[in-house]
Amino acid sequence: MNPVNYLYLAALLFTIGAAGVLIRRNAIVVFMCIELMLNACNLALVAFSRMHGNLDGQIIAFFTMVVAAAEVVVGLAIIVSLFRSRHSASVDDASLMKL
Amino acid sequence: MSALAAATSTGEAVQFWVLGTVAVVGALCTILMKKAVHSALCLAATMIILAVFYLANGAYFLGVVQIVVYTGAIMMLFLFVVMLVGVTAADSLKETLKGQRWLAALCGIGFGVLLVAGIGHASLGPGSFIGLGEANAAGNVDGLAALIFTKYVFAFEITGALLITAVVGAMVLTHRERTERARTQRELAEQRVREGKHLPPLPAPGVYARHNAVDIAGLLPDGTPSELTVNKTLRARGQIRDVSREALNDLKALERRSEERLGRDRDALDRDGRRDGQEAQR
Repeated sequence: MNPVNYLYLAALLFTIGAAGVLIRRNAIVVFMCIELMLNACNLALVAFSRMHGNLDGQIIAFFTMVVAAAEVVVGLAIIVSLFRSRHSASVDDASLMKL
Repeated sequence: MSALAAATSTGEAVQFWVLGTVAVVGALCTILMKKAVHSALCLAATMIILAVFYLANGAYFLGVVQIVVYTGAIMMLFLFVVMLVGVTAADSLKETLKGQRWLAALCGIGFGVLLVAGIGHASLGPGSFIGLGEANAAGNVDGLAALIFTKYVFAFEITGALLITAVVGAMVLTHRERTERARTQRELAEQRVREGKHLPPLPAPGVYARHNAVDIAGLLPDGTPSELTVNKTLRARGQIRDVSREALNDLKALERRSEERLGRDRDALDRDGRRDGQEAQR
Protein backbone atom coordinates (compact mmCIF):
# COMPACT_ATOMS: atom_id res chain seq x y z
CA MET A 1 0.00 0.00 0.00
CA ASN A 2 1.20 3.46 -0.84
CA PRO A 3 1.19 5.73 2.25
CA VAL A 4 -0.36 8.42 0.07
CA ASN A 5 -3.66 6.68 0.79
CA TYR A 6 -3.65 8.47 4.14
CA LEU A 7 -3.84 11.73 2.20
CA TYR A 8 -6.82 10.45 0.21
CA LEU A 9 -8.54 9.43 3.44
CA ALA A 10 -7.84 12.87 4.91
CA ALA A 11 -9.29 14.54 1.81
CA LEU A 12 -12.40 12.35 2.04
CA LEU A 13 -12.94 13.12 5.71
CA PHE A 14 -12.41 16.83 5.10
CA THR A 15 -14.95 16.75 2.28
CA ILE A 16 -17.51 14.97 4.45
CA GLY A 17 -16.97 17.54 7.19
CA ALA A 18 -17.35 20.45 4.78
CA ALA A 19 -20.55 18.99 3.34
CA GLY A 20 -21.86 18.50 6.87
CA VAL A 21 -21.21 22.15 7.72
CA LEU A 22 -23.23 23.16 4.66
CA ILE A 23 -26.05 20.66 5.16
CA ARG A 24 -26.77 20.57 8.88
CA ARG A 25 -28.70 23.24 10.80
CA ASN A 26 -28.05 22.20 14.37
CA ALA A 27 -25.21 24.41 15.59
CA ILE A 28 -23.69 21.61 17.67
CA VAL A 29 -23.54 19.24 14.71
CA VAL A 30 -22.06 21.98 12.54
CA PHE A 31 -19.40 22.37 15.20
CA MET A 32 -18.72 18.64 15.21
CA CYS A 33 -18.24 18.78 11.44
CA ILE A 34 -15.66 21.54 11.91
CA GLU A 35 -13.85 19.25 14.36
CA LEU A 36 -13.94 16.49 11.76
CA MET A 37 -12.32 18.82 9.22
CA LEU A 38 -9.60 19.78 11.71
CA ASN A 39 -8.92 16.12 12.41
CA ALA A 40 -8.66 15.37 8.70
CA CYS A 41 -6.09 18.15 8.41
CA ASN A 42 -4.16 16.65 11.29
CA LEU A 43 -4.10 13.27 9.56
CA ALA A 44 -2.75 14.91 6.40
CA LEU A 45 -0.09 16.74 8.44
CA VAL A 46 1.01 13.53 10.13
CA ALA A 47 1.23 11.84 6.73
CA PHE A 48 3.28 14.76 5.41
CA SER A 49 5.57 14.43 8.40
CA ARG A 50 6.16 10.82 7.46
CA MET A 51 6.67 11.78 3.84
CA HIS A 52 9.36 14.34 4.57
CA GLY A 53 11.03 12.39 7.33
CA ASN A 54 10.97 15.18 9.90
CA LEU A 55 8.74 16.05 12.81
CA ASP A 56 7.63 19.53 11.78
CA GLY A 57 4.33 18.24 10.45
CA GLN A 58 3.57 16.64 13.77
CA ILE A 59 4.38 19.88 15.57
CA ILE A 60 1.90 21.74 13.39
CA ALA A 61 -0.71 19.04 14.03
CA PHE A 62 -0.06 19.49 17.74
CA PHE A 63 -0.64 23.23 17.50
CA THR A 64 -3.79 22.57 15.49
CA MET A 65 -5.05 20.44 18.34
CA VAL A 66 -4.39 23.22 20.84
CA VAL A 67 -6.18 25.76 18.67
CA ALA A 68 -9.07 23.31 18.19
CA ALA A 69 -9.39 22.88 21.95
CA ALA A 70 -9.54 26.66 22.47
CA GLU A 71 -12.00 26.98 19.62
CA VAL A 72 -14.28 24.30 21.07
CA VAL A 73 -14.33 26.00 24.45
CA VAL A 74 -15.33 29.37 23.01
CA GLY A 75 -17.68 27.93 20.38
CA LEU A 76 -19.61 25.80 22.82
CA ALA A 77 -19.89 28.79 25.16
CA ILE A 78 -21.36 30.79 22.27
CA ILE A 79 -23.82 27.98 21.51
CA VAL A 80 -24.88 27.78 25.16
CA SER A 81 -25.45 31.52 25.41
CA LEU A 82 -27.31 31.51 22.07
CA PHE A 83 -29.50 28.72 23.36
CA ARG A 84 -30.17 30.67 26.54
CA SER A 85 -31.45 33.67 24.66
CA ARG A 86 -33.30 31.90 21.84
CA HIS A 87 -34.17 28.46 23.24
CA SER A 88 -32.96 26.89 20.02
CA ALA A 89 -29.65 25.59 18.71
CA SER A 90 -30.56 26.01 15.07
CA VAL A 91 -28.26 28.19 13.02
CA ASP A 92 -31.25 29.53 11.10
CA ASP A 93 -32.55 31.27 14.19
CA ALA A 94 -29.26 33.04 14.78
CA SER A 95 -29.33 34.88 11.46
CA LEU A 96 -29.52 38.37 12.97
CA MET A 97 -26.00 38.27 14.47
CA LYS A 98 -27.31 39.78 17.67
CA LEU A 99 -28.95 38.47 20.77
CA MET B 1 11.18 1.91 13.11
CA SER B 2 11.97 0.24 9.83
CA ALA B 3 8.24 -0.25 9.42
CA LEU B 4 7.95 3.49 9.09
CA ALA B 5 10.05 3.63 5.98
CA ALA B 6 8.56 4.41 2.62
CA ALA B 7 6.74 1.16 1.99
CA THR B 8 4.04 -0.09 4.29
CA SER B 9 3.70 -3.61 5.56
CA THR B 10 0.75 -5.84 4.70
CA GLY B 11 -0.49 -5.48 8.26
CA GLU B 12 -0.63 -1.74 7.92
CA ALA B 13 -2.47 -2.04 4.61
CA VAL B 14 -5.09 -4.30 6.18
CA GLN B 15 -5.38 -1.93 9.11
CA PHE B 16 -5.77 1.02 6.78
CA TRP B 17 -8.50 -0.51 4.66
CA VAL B 18 -10.52 -1.89 7.56
CA LEU B 19 -10.26 1.10 9.90
CA GLY B 20 -10.39 3.62 7.06
CA THR B 21 -13.74 2.23 5.99
CA VAL B 22 -15.01 2.48 9.54
CA ALA B 23 -13.69 6.05 9.81
CA VAL B 24 -15.49 7.14 6.64
CA VAL B 25 -18.71 5.43 7.75
CA GLY B 26 -18.40 7.16 11.12
CA ALA B 27 -17.90 10.53 9.45
CA LEU B 28 -20.92 9.96 7.21
CA CYS B 29 -23.00 8.95 10.23
CA THR B 30 -21.87 12.15 11.96
CA ILE B 31 -23.47 14.30 9.32
CA LEU B 32 -26.46 12.04 8.60
CA MET B 33 -27.68 11.06 12.07
CA LYS B 34 -30.74 12.97 13.16
CA LYS B 35 -29.91 13.21 16.85
CA ALA B 36 -26.90 15.21 17.99
CA VAL B 37 -25.95 12.56 20.56
CA HIS B 38 -25.57 9.90 17.87
CA SER B 39 -23.52 12.31 15.77
CA ALA B 40 -21.20 12.93 18.72
CA LEU B 41 -20.70 9.22 19.35
CA CYS B 42 -19.97 8.53 15.66
CA LEU B 43 -17.47 11.39 15.63
CA ALA B 44 -15.78 9.97 18.74
CA ALA B 45 -15.39 6.62 16.95
CA THR B 46 -13.85 8.35 13.93
CA MET B 47 -11.43 10.22 16.18
CA ILE B 48 -10.29 7.06 17.91
CA ILE B 49 -9.58 5.50 14.52
CA LEU B 50 -7.62 8.59 13.52
CA ALA B 51 -5.58 8.14 16.70
CA VAL B 52 -4.72 4.62 15.55
CA PHE B 53 -3.65 6.05 12.20
CA TYR B 54 -1.41 8.58 13.93
CA LEU B 55 0.23 5.74 15.83
CA ALA B 56 0.67 3.80 12.61
CA ASN B 57 2.32 6.83 11.02
CA GLY B 58 4.91 7.14 13.77
CA ALA B 59 3.23 10.03 15.59
CA TYR B 60 3.13 8.26 18.93
CA PHE B 61 2.74 11.38 21.03
CA LEU B 62 -0.02 12.77 18.82
CA GLY B 63 -1.88 9.46 18.87
CA VAL B 64 -2.05 9.48 22.65
CA VAL B 65 -2.90 13.19 22.73
CA GLN B 66 -5.66 12.57 20.21
CA ILE B 67 -7.27 9.98 22.47
CA VAL B 68 -6.80 11.95 25.68
CA VAL B 69 -7.65 15.43 24.42
CA TYR B 70 -10.05 14.83 21.57
CA THR B 71 -12.08 11.79 22.54
CA GLY B 72 -11.51 12.25 26.24
CA ALA B 73 -12.05 15.97 26.71
CA ILE B 74 -13.46 17.64 23.63
CA MET B 75 -16.05 15.02 22.72
CA MET B 76 -17.18 14.76 26.33
CA LEU B 77 -17.57 18.54 26.34
CA PHE B 78 -19.70 18.15 23.24
CA LEU B 79 -21.81 15.52 24.94
CA PHE B 80 -22.27 17.78 27.95
CA VAL B 81 -23.48 20.62 25.76
CA VAL B 82 -25.75 18.25 23.82
CA MET B 83 -27.30 17.17 27.11
CA LEU B 84 -27.58 20.80 28.18
CA VAL B 85 -28.90 22.23 24.94
CA GLY B 86 -29.99 19.54 22.57
CA VAL B 87 -32.85 18.24 24.65
CA THR B 88 -35.44 20.25 22.83
CA ALA B 89 -33.30 21.11 19.83
CA ALA B 90 -34.49 18.84 17.08
CA ASP B 91 -32.94 19.63 13.73
CA SER B 92 -35.56 21.44 11.70
CA LEU B 93 -36.28 19.72 8.41
CA LYS B 94 -37.82 22.86 6.97
CA GLU B 95 -35.69 24.26 4.17
CA THR B 96 -35.20 27.99 4.45
CA LEU B 97 -33.35 28.11 1.14
CA LYS B 98 -34.84 26.09 -1.64
CA GLY B 99 -32.68 23.18 -2.74
CA GLN B 100 -29.89 24.18 -0.38
CA ARG B 101 -29.21 20.63 0.76
CA TRP B 102 -28.73 19.28 -2.72
CA LEU B 103 -26.56 22.19 -3.74
CA ALA B 104 -24.50 21.71 -0.59
CA ALA B 105 -24.07 18.00 -1.28
CA LEU B 106 -23.10 18.81 -4.88
CA CYS B 107 -20.56 21.38 -3.68
CA GLY B 108 -19.18 18.80 -1.26
CA ILE B 109 -18.77 16.18 -3.96
CA GLY B 110 -17.17 18.69 -6.32
CA PHE B 111 -14.76 19.81 -3.64
CA GLY B 112 -13.86 16.21 -2.81
CA VAL B 113 -13.21 15.41 -6.47
CA LEU B 114 -11.01 18.50 -6.71
CA LEU B 115 -8.99 17.52 -3.63
CA VAL B 116 -8.56 13.89 -4.66
CA ALA B 117 -7.62 14.86 -8.20
CA GLY B 118 -5.06 17.29 -6.83
CA ILE B 119 -3.44 14.63 -4.68
CA GLY B 120 -3.60 12.18 -7.58
CA HIS B 121 -1.79 14.61 -9.85
CA ALA B 122 1.04 15.17 -7.43
CA SER B 123 3.80 12.69 -8.13
CA LEU B 124 3.74 10.81 -4.86
CA GLY B 125 5.01 7.37 -5.62
CA PRO B 126 5.90 4.94 -2.85
CA GLY B 127 9.47 6.16 -3.13
CA SER B 128 8.55 9.71 -2.21
CA PHE B 129 8.03 8.78 1.44
CA ILE B 130 11.20 9.07 3.46
CA GLY B 131 9.72 7.67 6.66
CA LEU B 132 10.27 8.70 10.23
CA GLY B 133 12.88 6.09 11.14
CA GLU B 134 15.64 8.66 11.40
CA ALA B 135 13.57 11.45 12.96
CA ASN B 136 12.16 9.15 15.61
CA ALA B 137 15.51 7.56 16.37
CA ALA B 138 15.84 9.30 19.74
CA GLY B 139 12.17 8.74 20.50
CA ASN B 140 9.15 10.56 19.16
CA VAL B 141 8.48 12.58 22.33
CA ASP B 142 12.13 13.64 22.62
CA GLY B 143 12.20 14.77 19.01
CA LEU B 144 8.99 16.75 19.39
CA ALA B 145 10.18 18.35 22.62
CA ALA B 146 13.46 19.38 21.03
CA LEU B 147 11.56 21.09 18.21
CA ILE B 148 8.88 22.71 20.37
CA PHE B 149 11.33 24.24 22.83
CA THR B 150 13.81 25.48 20.25
CA LYS B 151 12.44 26.18 16.80
CA TYR B 152 8.80 26.66 17.72
CA VAL B 153 9.19 28.10 21.21
CA PHE B 154 7.62 31.42 20.25
CA ALA B 155 4.52 29.73 18.83
CA PHE B 156 4.39 27.61 21.96
CA GLU B 157 4.36 30.70 24.20
CA ILE B 158 1.62 32.28 22.12
CA THR B 159 -0.38 29.08 22.51
CA GLY B 160 -0.40 29.69 26.25
CA ALA B 161 -1.84 33.17 25.72
CA LEU B 162 -4.44 31.71 23.37
CA LEU B 163 -5.56 29.14 25.92
CA ILE B 164 -5.84 31.75 28.68
CA THR B 165 -7.90 33.95 26.36
CA ALA B 166 -10.17 31.02 25.50
CA VAL B 167 -10.77 30.25 29.16
CA VAL B 168 -11.60 33.88 29.95
CA GLY B 169 -13.82 34.09 26.87
CA ALA B 170 -15.76 31.00 27.85
CA MET B 171 -16.29 32.35 31.34
CA VAL B 172 -17.44 35.73 30.05
CA LEU B 173 -19.80 34.16 27.53
CA THR B 174 -21.46 31.66 29.84
CA HIS B 175 -21.55 33.79 32.98
CA ARG B 176 -24.94 35.37 33.47
CA GLU B 177 -25.23 38.37 35.69
CA ARG B 178 -28.43 38.44 37.74
CA THR B 179 -29.94 41.81 36.96
CA GLU B 180 -32.81 41.41 39.38
CA ARG B 181 -33.11 39.96 42.85
CA ALA B 182 -34.45 36.41 43.02
CA ARG B 183 -38.02 36.48 44.24
CA THR B 184 -38.66 34.95 47.62
CA GLN B 185 -41.19 32.26 48.30
CA ARG B 186 -43.48 34.73 50.03
CA GLU B 187 -43.47 37.05 47.01
CA LEU B 188 -44.21 34.15 44.71
CA ALA B 189 -47.13 33.10 46.93
CA GLU B 190 -48.47 36.65 46.95
CA GLN B 191 -48.21 36.82 43.19
CA ARG B 192 -50.16 33.59 42.89
CA VAL B 193 -52.89 34.95 45.10
CA ARG B 194 -52.99 38.21 43.15
CA GLU B 195 -53.31 36.40 39.85
CA GLY B 196 -55.85 34.06 41.36
CA LYS B 197 -55.22 31.47 38.67
CA HIS B 198 -53.90 28.51 40.58
CA LEU B 199 -53.68 28.97 44.31
CA PRO B 200 -52.88 25.51 45.70
CA PRO B 201 -49.76 23.58 44.73
CA LEU B 202 -49.77 21.92 41.34
CA PRO B 203 -51.50 18.54 41.26
CA ALA B 204 -49.34 15.46 41.45
CA PRO B 205 -48.72 13.24 38.43
CA GLY B 206 -49.85 9.68 38.13
CA VAL B 207 -53.09 7.77 38.17
CA TYR B 208 -52.89 6.31 41.57
CA ALA B 209 -55.07 3.30 41.02
CA ARG B 210 -52.62 1.98 38.43
CA HIS B 211 -49.60 4.21 37.69
CA ASN B 212 -47.52 6.54 39.81
CA ALA B 213 -44.67 7.39 37.41
CA VAL B 214 -43.82 11.09 37.05
CA ASP B 215 -44.21 11.05 33.28
CA ILE B 216 -47.85 9.98 33.40
CA ALA B 217 -50.30 12.83 33.42
CA GLY B 218 -52.98 12.70 36.08
CA LEU B 219 -56.50 12.33 34.77
CA LEU B 220 -59.24 14.87 35.24
CA PRO B 221 -62.71 13.66 36.30
CA ASP B 222 -63.81 13.45 32.66
CA GLY B 223 -60.87 11.18 31.82
CA THR B 224 -58.69 13.69 29.93
CA PRO B 225 -55.03 14.05 30.99
CA SER B 226 -54.08 17.20 32.89
CA GLU B 227 -50.94 18.94 31.57
CA LEU B 228 -50.42 20.69 34.90
CA THR B 229 -49.44 17.50 36.64
CA VAL B 230 -46.33 16.80 34.57
CA ASN B 231 -42.92 18.44 34.78
CA LYS B 232 -42.31 21.20 32.23
CA THR B 233 -39.16 19.56 30.88
CA LEU B 234 -40.95 16.31 30.18
CA ARG B 235 -43.71 18.25 28.45
CA ALA B 236 -41.15 20.03 26.26
CA ARG B 237 -39.53 16.74 25.31
CA GLY B 238 -42.89 15.23 24.50
CA GLN B 239 -42.18 12.38 26.88
CA ILE B 240 -45.57 12.32 28.57
CA ARG B 241 -47.21 8.93 28.65
CA ASP B 242 -50.92 9.35 28.17
CA VAL B 243 -52.92 6.62 29.85
CA SER B 244 -56.34 8.22 29.55
CA ARG B 245 -57.40 6.03 26.64
CA GLU B 246 -55.76 3.05 28.27
CA ALA B 247 -57.60 3.70 31.52
CA LEU B 248 -60.94 3.79 29.76
CA ASN B 249 -60.13 0.59 27.89
CA ASP B 250 -59.00 -1.01 31.12
CA LEU B 251 -62.20 0.06 32.80
CA LYS B 252 -64.24 -1.37 29.94
CA ALA B 253 -62.33 -4.64 30.08
CA LEU B 254 -62.80 -4.76 33.84
CA GLU B 255 -66.54 -4.23 33.49
CA ARG B 256 -66.79 -6.90 30.84
CA ARG B 257 -64.79 -9.33 32.92
CA SER B 258 -66.83 -8.68 36.04
CA GLU B 259 -70.01 -9.10 34.03
CA GLU B 260 -68.75 -12.42 32.73
CA ARG B 261 -67.71 -13.48 36.18
CA LEU B 262 -71.02 -12.40 37.64
CA GLY B 263 -72.95 -14.01 34.82
CA ARG B 264 -71.10 -17.26 35.23
CA ASP B 265 -71.60 -17.08 38.95
CA ARG B 266 -75.31 -16.53 38.42
CA ASP B 267 -75.42 -19.60 36.14
CA ALA B 268 -73.51 -21.59 38.74
CA LEU B 269 -75.88 -20.41 41.43
CA ASP B 270 -78.85 -21.37 39.28
CA ARG B 271 -77.37 -24.78 38.67
CA ASP B 272 -76.62 -25.23 42.36
CA GLY B 273 -80.07 -24.07 43.24
CA ARG B 274 -81.63 -26.53 40.80
CA ARG B 275 -79.45 -29.32 42.13
CA ASP B 276 -80.40 -28.42 45.66
CA GLY B 277 -84.02 -28.48 44.63
CA GLN B 278 -83.66 -31.91 42.97
CA GLU B 279 -81.91 -33.26 46.04
CA ALA B 280 -84.64 -31.86 48.19
CA GLN B 281 -87.28 -33.48 45.93
CA ARG B 282 -85.46 -36.75 46.24
